[in-house]
Amino acid sequence: MNRLKLATVWLGGCSGCHMSLLDLDEWLIDLAAHVELVYSPIADQKTFPEGVDLTLVEGAIANDEHLELIQDVRERSRMVVALGDCAVTGNVTALRNPLGEARSILQQVYIEHGDPRGVLPSTPGIVPILLDQVIPIHMIIPVDLFLAGCPPSGPRIRAVLEALLAGTPPELAGGFG
Amino acid sequence: MAARTLTINGTLISARSNETVLEAAREAGISIPTLCHLDGLSEVGACRLCLVEIAGSPKLQPACHTTVTEGMEVQTDTPRLKAHRRAIVELLFAERNHICAVCVASGHCELQQLAVEVGMSHVRYEYLSPDCSVDISHARFGIDHNRCVLCTRCVRACDEVEGVHTWDIAGRGTNARLITDLNVPWGEATSCTSCGKCLLACPTGAIFSRGSTVAELERDASRIATIVAARNERW
Amino acid sequence: MMEFQDLQIMAEQERTRRKAIRIHCCTSSGCQASGALELFHQLQAAVEAAGQNERVDIIGVGCMGFCGQGPMVSVEADGVLFEHVRPEQAPEIIASLDGGPCNVKQGDHAHPFFARQMHIVRRNGGVIDPERIEEYIAVGGYQALYHVLHEMSPAEVIDAITRSGLRGRGGAGYPTGLKWATVAKSPGERKFVICNGDEGDPGAFMDRSILESDPHLILEGMSIAAYAVGADQGYLYVRGEYPLAIARLQKAIAQARKHDLLGSQIFDTSFNFRVDIRVGAGAFVCGEETALIASIEGRRGQPRPRPPYPAEHGLWGYPTLINNVETFGNIAPIITNGADWYAGIGTERSKGTKVFALTGKVRNTGLIEVPMGMTIREIVEELGGGTPDGTPVKGVQTGGPSGGCIPEALFDTPVDYESLAEVGSIMGSGGMVVMDATTNMVEIARFYMEFCMDESCGKCIPCRTGTVQMYRLLSKISAGQATAADLATLEQLCHLLRETSLCGLGQSAPNPVQSTLRYFREEYERLLRKRVTINLTSR
Repeated sequence: MNRLKLATVWLGGCSGCHMSLLDLDEWLIDLAAHVELVYSPIADQKTFPEGVDLTLVEGAIANDEHLELIQDVRERSRMVVALGDCAVTGNVTALRNPLGEARSILQQVYIEHGDPRGVLPSTPGIVPILLDQVIPIHMIIPVDLFLAGCPPSGPRIRAVLEALLAGTPPELAGGFG
Repeated sequence: MAARTLTINGTLISARSNETVLEAAREAGISIPTLCHLDGLSEVGACRLCLVEIAGSPKLQPACHTTVTEGMEVQTDTPRLKAHRRAIVELLFAERNHICAVCVASGHCELQQLAVEVGMSHVRYEYLSPDCSVDISHARFGIDHNRCVLCTRCVRACDEVEGVHTWDIAGRGTNARLITDLNVPWGEATSCTSCGKCLLACPTGAIFSRGSTVAELERDASRIATIVAARNERW
Repeated sequence: MMEFQDLQIMAEQERTRRKAIRIHCCTSSGCQASGALELFHQLQAAVEAAGQNERVDIIGVGCMGFCGQGPMVSVEADGVLFEHVRPEQAPEIIASLDGGPCNVKQGDHAHPFFARQMHIVRRNGGVIDPERIEEYIAVGGYQALYHVLHEMSPAEVIDAITRSGLRGRGGAGYPTGLKWATVAKSPGERKFVICNGDEGDPGAFMDRSILESDPHLILEGMSIAAYAVGADQGYLYVRGEYPLAIARLQKAIAQARKHDLLGSQIFDTSFNFRVDIRVGAGAFVCGEETALIASIEGRRGQPRPRPPYPAEHGLWGYPTLINNVETFGNIAPIITNGADWYAGIGTERSKGTKVFALTGKVRNTGLIEVPMGMTIREIVEELGGGTPDGTPVKGVQTGGPSGGCIPEALFDTPVDYESLAEVGSIMGSGGMVVMDATTNMVEIARFYMEFCMDESCGKCIPCRTGTVQMYRLLSKISAGQATAADLATLEQLCHLLRETSLCGLGQSAPNPVQSTLRYFREEYERLLRKRVTINLTSR
């Protein structure tokens, strides 16, 4: 039997959604019978592969690296699921939005409230550039399913994956927070 | 009191002649989403969530502000109404900074519940992310304007039930803000009796009791109606 | 106590005290802004210096309409019209009365801008001194009120207004007679009459001009209305940005009271009527009748759901008649000339005349009063004279932020309530902004949306937050950063606001967007991108 190619992506978020996924414990072993994990922060694959069937995206778009990766994710995935509140709404990652643009945030964090001799981080090509506003992923790419929650509970993630594997539409509304 | 018969979603129901469509529907077990409505307070018809279709009327009418008439045919759940309701709830989520994950009212919030009711999976509008203040100058309560939806339930509870009118709104449009007295910090609003009715009336975590933390704020908004009923019926 | 005879005596005295030559100098806001007051004083000084005091009177008058050519001066009787008059030209004008050379730019009454107009509401504009009740009485003022009080029952007055076919000039065009009849029939211990002078559309100044030019016409119209519906108290709600109109109304009310034309037992009848002014603080939404009522009551100026309508449940819960300034301006002429006369002007369903503020990319800007049914083409091309530099006309916006854009191809549309609605605009209160080929229609839509966003009261969610989202989407489109999905969202929001907003402000806010999309969609689509773009640099 052909196993579904599954990827999980970690953008601007706390990794709690991935923890929630891992909370599914032994069901993950059942899942492994149906899917092949081709890309994930918990797997050792450096570039996002082609031909992915399903990608779960945790986290909001907060920097230029996210912006680039999410385009690859969309182009190379048949189905993209926004996993958790940060991906769906911006959530805690977006709490910085009302405080102003990226430069002002960095100034506040690294200079005003940080080391008095602090400097603004600038290592081009290594540390990604912050976007002025944190945005949910559907503002950049079309998203097929939204699974809200901070984090979405293991059973909810499982219910959605089971529905998708069975080819039935999952129940998704609400669940914020 | 004369009775009226009308149909809601095709079901024949009877109602008292002075009832609103919302009251008649709820008595018949038909749910219509609301936000600015609170039993015991006057109606303002502001949130537009309870808009219904009435046969013969080209305009949608707020169920909370429309009195039943004989033979009225009401639809509460058409695709058009559902689409509008979802859009309105999304607009609210986009307007201020509603971060359920860090909110005192999470799990007990009418806005959060509305998102489920109207089937909101995500917000299609740009988040406005306004820079809103938090006022914790009052000894017992606080107001976080990030979470306020301007439903004015606190304003009406304070004015109509407590009889004080500490709360009102200043500014207009999306810049409108709740204020206490003549826009002084809540702790300095001398008219406030600290009765806490605004806290009871608030549908979100905007008005909270100090010291409560994430998802801790449980309160019973129906107590406002109980107080009003007790007064009116002289319990 | 004022009697009919007293009116006639006052009129006669006023006519006999007139000097041989009356020179009218416009002192309305528009001309004042271009130095008319200084000109007025210089004209007086020039008369003095020429020793012509016995023969020549300089009269400060209301608006003559050709505001783009101000300050304006006209000489009564011989009909000479001077345009763009500078104060230092005053002696020249006085000298010209006796055949002296005069190089002041002269206007032409035969110009289509004047010749094609028909003055009912504005008939005294530019002719009488609005600050003297005697002048109003000298042209027949307050005779209609006398006639109504002594010779007509309230029902007959309402019947006359109904038969005239007059419809509300505030924008929606509700039949005035029907509104009056509803108020008259509504039971109430008291009733009120309100004149809505909260004109707030960008580019509109019809009501300001009427109030400044002929305040007694409005007071007389309100009095007749009060008699018809059974009210004893009126309020004139005027926006605070109209200080000259307020000052002249205050003066007019004081004069009318002094002559017992307002107050108790008017014209020795049992009819009592007081009028007070309430000054608005600048919120556009207070032009909405329920918000206006809240404002008069001293509450926050916000609309409430209708029904109940003010006609049944208005000011302080009493039956209340609210009409717009121009509507009240039509009342005395209808009574004087008869309902049939009025019903003979205009089209099948839109009777009488309409005052428009013609502005924008048009050669002749100013106020015009034309019979209903005149085509937009006639107004723009003949009265307006086309664009100043000959650039082709692209369209006109009627009805301000609640109205829509009408493209040049539909300029043969007659101005009446139904025809304008059919092409996706509205009559509105009378703003008419001409746009030429260089006008960017997306920017026009964005301009009006910004206005609605700023003026939304914030009470209902769709208008409060929807206008912000729509403004942002329009800005995004205008900046070339939007996708087709953004345009689709914009159109959905148009639909949402139209159907769910609490009052007319939100319900009609999508109009400029929808009408420009209807006729100039390619201007939007040209600006769309295929892919979402995010600027990495600070926004």
